[in-house]
Amino acid sequence: MSFRTYHDVVGEDRSQLYAQVVAQRERVGRRLASVRRVVAVMSGKGGVGKSHLTATLAAGLASRLEQRVGVLDADLRSPTVARLLSVSGPLRVTEDGVEPAIGTAGVRVVSTDLLLDESQPLRWREPATERFVWRGVLETGTLREFLSDVVWGTLDLLLVDLPPGADGGVDLKQMVPNLAGALVVTIPSEESRRSVARTMCSASEAGIRLLGIVENMSSYRCEDCGAQRALFDGTAGADLSAEFGVPLLARVPFTPGAKPASCDTPGLVDAFLECIR
Amino acid sequence: MKFLCVGCDEQMTFEERQEPGDGTFGASFSCPKCGHKVAMLANPMETQLVGALGVQIGGRTLDQQPMQLTRSSMIGREDAFEDIAPSKPGGVRWSAESEERLTRVPKFVRGMVKKIYVEWAAEHGIAEITPAVMDKARVDLGLEAM
Repeated sequence: MSFRTYHDVVGEDRSQLYAQVVAQRERVGRRLASVRRVVAVMSGKGGVGKSHLTATLAAGLASRLEQRVGVLDADLRSPTVARLLSVSGPLRVTEDGVEPAIGTAGVRVVSTDLLLDESQPLRWREPATERFVWRGVLETGTLREFLSDVVWGTLDLLLVDLPPGADGGVDLKQMVPNLAGALVVTIPSEESRRSVARTMCSASEAGIRLLGIVENMSSYRCEDCGAQRALFDGTAGADLSAEFGVPLLARVPFTPGAKPASCDTPGLVDAFLECIR
Repeated sequence: MKFLCVGCDEQMTFEERQEPGDGTFGASFSCPKCGHKVAMLANPMETQLVGALGVQIGGRTLDQQPMQLTRSSMIGREDAFEDIAPSKPGGVRWSAESEERLTRVPKFVRGMVKKIYVEWAAEHGIAEITPAVMDKARVDLGLEAM
């Protein structure tokens, strides 16, 4: 039996599934037209203080330089930015879209932390079988809606706090083709260097411009003698900078109990502004 | 996706979609020439996979609501969203039975679902939303379990 193929049949494809997907992407573009720059913040491993750094940078830019800043917490399963920037819900939904919560220094924030009950993991509705097949698709869809359906308004900068690894950055780049670049966070250890190097390779292959590296928890101040001492062995920040030809923007010391609003990191803010100029 | 009546070599036309509430999905097509009908039946995984893309087989009849995929798929806190009523509500009323039925929808998504029903009713010139209207809208829009 032979019959005509899809392209041979010239009638309308009523479902237009591909067109619906394209429309979703265009919706992202229209919403972000009023955002001057979108910058991803990425790391290789969890626990390097990426979210704290994102919040610190956002608060610093907004308060010191009066920049209009937004933070999209793309770490859907382990969101922390909302608490760091002192925001809470509910999120107002109008005809125009979902209004972001307003946090420290007026930073606009959206995070699954605002959508989930305390201590509840990210879960999706049934069916529960073969959940591994569609879980990733749903998470990408939520990221897309955080970009397209939130009323970000006019922003100088939208920081996207990604989950550990490179996949989130690659997905983001596909949704935001004019992504300004990525800020990479590491700690000094060799283990972090190796992990971050893989992330940076993956990001580069995806065409993401690597703006700079921040070495977090670079040192600590001894309470007894006041000397600055290394918290970890290693020089991952400098090593990655040399390997990839990406500037080391700052070495941020570990300060116990520091809150983003009170972090004195003028060097970080200035260095970041220079690298996105 | 297109359906072809092989006997007539004619493209079949989309008739209706059905979501019986068990996670499956069905869509029927008919041949405009010979009248032959077929139904495409998708299992829950296939249905969820398409739904996870935020698209609808048969196309969309209403604009997508803000964060529609997230609100309809994620299990979230009841007070996560505050739906602000439009300035021009459109004059659509809710019967007591339909209001009661709406309370069965998870609060996380209830405001969005309410807007969808109101927009569908307004688009079809319906002044009062009853359970029968909700059933018809569910079928037309593919609103499973809403």
